[in-house]
Amino acid sequence: MSTKGTRTHMGLKARSRISNTVIYVLLVIMSVVWLIPFIFIVLQSFRIESTWQVGYILPQKWGFDNYLALWNTDFKQWYLNTFIIALAVAVLQTIIVLCMSYTLSRFRFKMRGPLMRFMLILGMFPGMLTMIILYRVLKDLGLTQANAVPGLILVYIASSGMGYYVSKGFFDTIPKSLDEAARVDGATRLQVLTKVILPLAKPIVIYTILTAFMAPWGDFVFARYVSFGTSAGMNVAVGMYSWLQQDMISQRYTMFCAGGVIVAIPVTILFMCLQKYYVEGVTGGAVKG
Amino acid sequence: MKKYSDLEYLKLSKWQRFLHKIASFFASIPRSLKNAGLAIVNFFKNIFLAIGREISDICTTFVKGDWKTKISYVIMGFGNCARGQILRGLLFFLFELVFIFYMFIAGIIFPGGHGGAYWLSMLPSLGLIGPHEEYNMVLDSYTTVYGDNSFKILLYGVLTIFFIIAFIYTWRQNIKQNKIAEQILRSGKPLKSGKQDLHSLVDDQFHKTLLALPMTGIIVFTVLPIVFMILVAFTNYDGTHDGYNNSLFTWQGLENFRTMLSWSGSGNQVYSATFGEILTWTLIWAFFATFTNYFLGMFVAMMINKKGIRIKKVWRTILVLTIAIPQFISLLYVSKMFAKNGIINGMLLDWKWITSPIPFWEDPTLARIMVIVINIWIGIPYLMLIATGILMNIPQDLYESSRIDGAGPWKQYTKITLPYMLFITGPYLLTSFTSNMNNFNVIYLLTGGAPTNVAASSAAGSVGFTDLLITWLFKITTGEGAQYYMASVVGILVFIVVAVISLVVYGLLPSIKNEEDFQ
Repeated sequence: MSTKGTRTHMGLKARSRISNTVIYVLLVIMSVVWLIPFIFIVLQSFRIESTWQVGYILPQKWGFDNYLALWNTDFKQWYLNTFIIALAVAVLQTIIVLCMSYTLSRFRFKMRGPLMRFMLILGMFPGMLTMIILYRVLKDLGLTQANAVPGLILVYIASSGMGYYVSKGFFDTIPKSLDEAARVDGATRLQVLTKVILPLAKPIVIYTILTAFMAPWGDFVFARYVSFGTSAGMNVAVGMYSWLQQDMISQRYTMFCAGGVIVAIPVTILFMCLQKYYVEGVTGGAVKG
Repeated sequence: MKKYSDLEYLKLSKWQRFLHKIASFFASIPRSLKNAGLAIVNFFKNIFLAIGREISDICTTFVKGDWKTKISYVIMGFGNCARGQILRGLLFFLFELVFIFYMFIAGIIFPGGHGGAYWLSMLPSLGLIGPHEEYNMVLDSYTTVYGDNSFKILLYGVLTIFFIIAFIYTWRQNIKQNKIAEQILRSGKPLKSGKQDLHSLVDDQFHKTLLALPMTGIIVFTVLPIVFMILVAFTNYDGTHDGYNNSLFTWQGLENFRTMLSWSGSGNQVYSATFGEILTWTLIWAFFATFTNYFLGMFVAMMINKKGIRIKKVWRTILVLTIAIPQFISLLYVSKMFAKNGIINGMLLDWKWITSPIPFWEDPTLARIMVIVINIWIGIPYLMLIATGILMNIPQDLYESSRIDGAGPWKQYTKITLPYMLFITGPYLLTSFTSNMNNFNVIYLLTGGAPTNVAASSAAGSVGFTDLLITWLFKITTGEGAQYYMASVVGILVFIVVAVISLVVYGLLPSIKNEEDFQ
């Protein structure tokens, strides 16, 4: 009786050890797959014996030439453009999204339901469709090509009110009794927002700032439309995309890698520092829909 | 169809229940169609009734109102001013002035400018005089003279209509306010002062203040462009009819939709076939992209969360890298890794595993598999984060009691974990399916739509095998032969597909909770 008991006990333990080993193996394989492209890109950015694609990983000659070469291209202009856009969008978009989501979460006014349904339907139109006209309008305003930066900021923030879902979900979880208590004490709605809700909403504010800041680094389509043909107005994505096209790739491939590293480092560090808030936002957004 | 009572239903086997559910779904289609039809009829009926009510109210207010109210019908805000609400009155009056200025006076004062009335009158024709050659006395030669601008006519025409609607609404508010003010004064109470009005903007009317800026942005930069682009689908606006420089464009009716969708006829057939092909691939792509990520992401989350697995944080951080690094870097790089002369092929050749490079991006089927696989690389981390949060919320005693009842890990997964996950993430699955349908970045950065589909290349844009509707749309709008009207038709069709899928799935989801319950 007792031997049988220990045997099953041992069996369970052994089985769990086996399954854990399998999991570790899988996780290690996955980590390798996930890291490989990033390790490759870093290694190739230091390769100086050739500038085109090669079939081996470790550079034969190491050096910072690719990074130094970036300095002589428009890369620094693109980088600055993207940074300005990202900063402006992070601030303005956060304000707009918070206004929108707080209102839709807390106020019950007549047009609230229709408004939310309307925006749901609007969101089903492919946004790309509106690019043609937005481009023409921006062009008439003189905000394209070399002046693409203010034009892009305007377009990015103008419609950002539509992305209120995640933060509205967060506001919904803050108990309404807090508002009511403050109202009873004589606070106006504005005071409720600034003194009661915003301090509690720190995670979602950081999440919104973080996503707003990161988006412009990756935007490609509209930025390419707006800056069409003018290097001075490009962002990093548009500029570096051209380096990988047929006519440029043999001279610029390793420089693309170096540029990629320079773009990725600050964004990645920022993301890793604020990861906690990002996870909170993403999970909350998915659960509340 | 046979109807089961609850007891009979429970007696059925799993398969019979499943079949019964499917059968009853199809059986319910006629009824839901009828309901949808009735809803639309009711919708219009209600609108007409509402308009009727408004008009009768406007008339009775005029008949019963005092002279201040009556003058307000012509001079907006007069009643407000006369009753002491100077701020409101001035705002109404200012709006009326701006409206009149825009509609009629702006065109006269500014040389070469046009007022709203002009744009509105040109809207039906979209311009009469195109660019043409004209004899120039000074130069003694023929020069090109530009005429009307179809693009501007359409744009400002739409804008003017928006403005007129806003004006009518404001005018109606003006009348309503007069009526209310009369009632309040009659009951002996004082009216709100301008100061109180301003204060209410940060208090009981605070939502209007908060929404003003975001809604202006949405109306100007989303609603207006969408209305404009929907209208473009009914014109012949393209690269050779740009409305000003080379030729005017004009209304075409439903011609473009006929071209896109008709299966008969010889020249036009290409469009419908291409559209069908791309739509099929878009749906296949969206299905695989959503569900591979969903299940693999859940699986990874469960692995990392398992008891006894160490350094959980490290695993998560490594995976999350693909979210942190901008997609244009990671995707472009990966796309070049798998190129014919890329590093993967180079290494495989060096190791003598293959004798000629694998055509990852040149073979249609392989390219399609590759984009789905690489999308897993991008997508798993998101799902892992989401699933981690949800899995932690599943009550642990469910697992313990099921283990006592003898359930193995697989049974626990299918009976507890999966139903729980599906229930909670239902709406998320739906939105991620539709956003995958419009996943421009992954496709465009990885393949740019390649390899080219020669059979379909006579349709607008060079169509490739991995092109989604959204990348096709993009291709149609760029380059020399840009066919904006076709892009617009594609966009409308995408909207219809997304809307239909959303409506059907939304109705089937169990986890649509009442918003107020949730709070």
